[in-house]
Amino acid sequence: MSAHDPNRNRTVDRGLMIYLVLAYAFVFAPIAASFVFSFNSDRFPSLPLGSFTLDWYRAVADDPLVWSGARNTFIVGVIVGVISTLLGFGAAYTDYRYKFAGKQVYLALALLPPTIPVIILGLAMLAYLSRINLSGNALSVIISHVVVCAPFAMAIIRLRLSQMDPALEPAAWNLGASEWAAMRHVILPFCAPAIFGALFITMALSFDEFAVAWFVSGLNETLPVKVLGFLQGQVSPRINAIGTFVFILSMTLVILAQLLLSRRDARPADEE
Amino acid sequence: MRRPISLYGLTFSLPLLIWQVLFFVFPLLFLVALSFWTVKNFALRPGFDTVNWTTIYGRAVFWQAYGTTLALAAAASVLTTVLAFPAAYAIAFKLSDTARRWAVFLMVIPFFTSYLVRVYSWQIFLSDNGIFNAILGWIGLGPFAMLNTPGATMMGYLTLSYPLVVLLQVFSLTFIDRTLIEAAHNLRCGRLRTVFEVIIPSARTGLVIAALFCFILSFGDFVSPVYLGGGKPTTLSILITDTTKSGQQWPRAAVIALSMIGTLMIVAFTAVTFAYRGKTK
Repeated sequence: MSAHDPNRNRTVDRGLMIYLVLAYAFVFAPIAASFVFSFNSDRFPSLPLGSFTLDWYRAVADDPLVWSGARNTFIVGVIVGVISTLLGFGAAYTDYRYKFAGKQVYLALALLPPTIPVIILGLAMLAYLSRINLSGNALSVIISHVVVCAPFAMAIIRLRLSQMDPALEPAAWNLGASEWAAMRHVILPFCAPAIFGALFITMALSFDEFAVAWFVSGLNETLPVKVLGFLQGQVSPRINAIGTFVFILSMTLVILAQLLLSRRDARPADEE
Repeated sequence: MRRPISLYGLTFSLPLLIWQVLFFVFPLLFLVALSFWTVKNFALRPGFDTVNWTTIYGRAVFWQAYGTTLALAAAASVLTTVLAFPAAYAIAFKLSDTARRWAVFLMVIPFFTSYLVRVYSWQIFLSDNGIFNAILGWIGLGPFAMLNTPGATMMGYLTLSYPLVVLLQVFSLTFIDRTLIEAAHNLRCGRLRTVFEVIIPSARTGLVIAALFCFILSFGDFVSPVYLGGGKPTTLSILITDTTKSGQQWPRAAVIALSMIGTLMIVAFTAVTFAYRGKTK
């Protein structure tokens, strides 16, 4: 970026900045509106705003189905996060360390699932899991979510491994460490921030996923599936209340993950 | 230092492999088998019958939905790419390092907000008594019917893929060799011409892949066409949910799903070939 570029033009630069602001306005308008209208008294939200109210939060809090949905979401999310992270770590380490015939296929299996439209995945999961008598419960949601979330965990941890000095692990072996000891004392400590980052990110992904969950969950609805139900029924600002609540929860997880992942900038490769 | 695979190695590599074969490959293969099964008295009957394929492919409504979905997804890819590029360009070339990091962080946030909630929020903006019409009303215009139109569906597709496309474009733009741009400037290549003849060709791979992701996301999305487009025109995703959820006709839904996968594979293959054409890597 050359600051004294004769080709630079203030008008063009300013135009681009205005465009950028508009782009972010488009992206954040629905998020901000959802937040604002969750405190707004009108049944059919619009401008001008009505008065401030917590009614929608109260309505949500009084709905036992919302609570059971939230509990399902939370349990599913935590289990999905743990399993996805474990599987993702294994795959990332495999890719980092081994070369073998069919590795391309292995990586394709590890990374492809998120590119299949959720609606197709949902249908395939519903049909398959009901065939092996696993559909219609929280377990089926967990199974499906891990398929979609594990690739993200793998990508995050693989990125961290690629920042590691490749001589560290062989150095540990040369000093007499077994493979398992090297894993415990070299690889795992180095990957710890990425592992927790992946855990939180996959949990946040699971919290928001509704399409596959809607297909396979049966009566054990997660919260996003519940929201889909609200959308199908009458329009209600309760969606805003739930949305705002889930947004704050997800963002907390993402920021935690971000803090963990950005520690690598502060301490470059010092965990020998 | 690579060693042959051992018990130690298998402990790490096998779990994911087993999981994805059991719960990703098998369900998709089962979908293929399912498309040849039949439904009698609301119960699935295994077998090999091409009736589902001939039924679905013989229906005008399927081909209409197919054309609509293809057109909508293609339009969404072009529109999103064009609308995202100036923003990605500004982030990649006009911001300081700190500002760029913030810009990228802000673009990541939407991934962790519920897409459903954002779509519902657009309903608030677009409905007949919604925010846009209220604002237009103040200056004496409208009301316009904005909800339940293909334009509203497009808005939903943009909501879904715009942040991802911007991020992928920023990513590919930051990897462009800056000396190429300066060389173009030194050779008195104009600003716009530099964008079209140096920057876009250099970033082609990333731009095409970003557009491909937008296509995949829009092609399979059922939330925007239903809750913003009002279910009209019918898309393949609506057809699948209707066939699965109300009709119990899973084999027919499988035919639609497999047709979608086939289409996506062709589109993806074409796009990737085009993206990497002439690259010596």
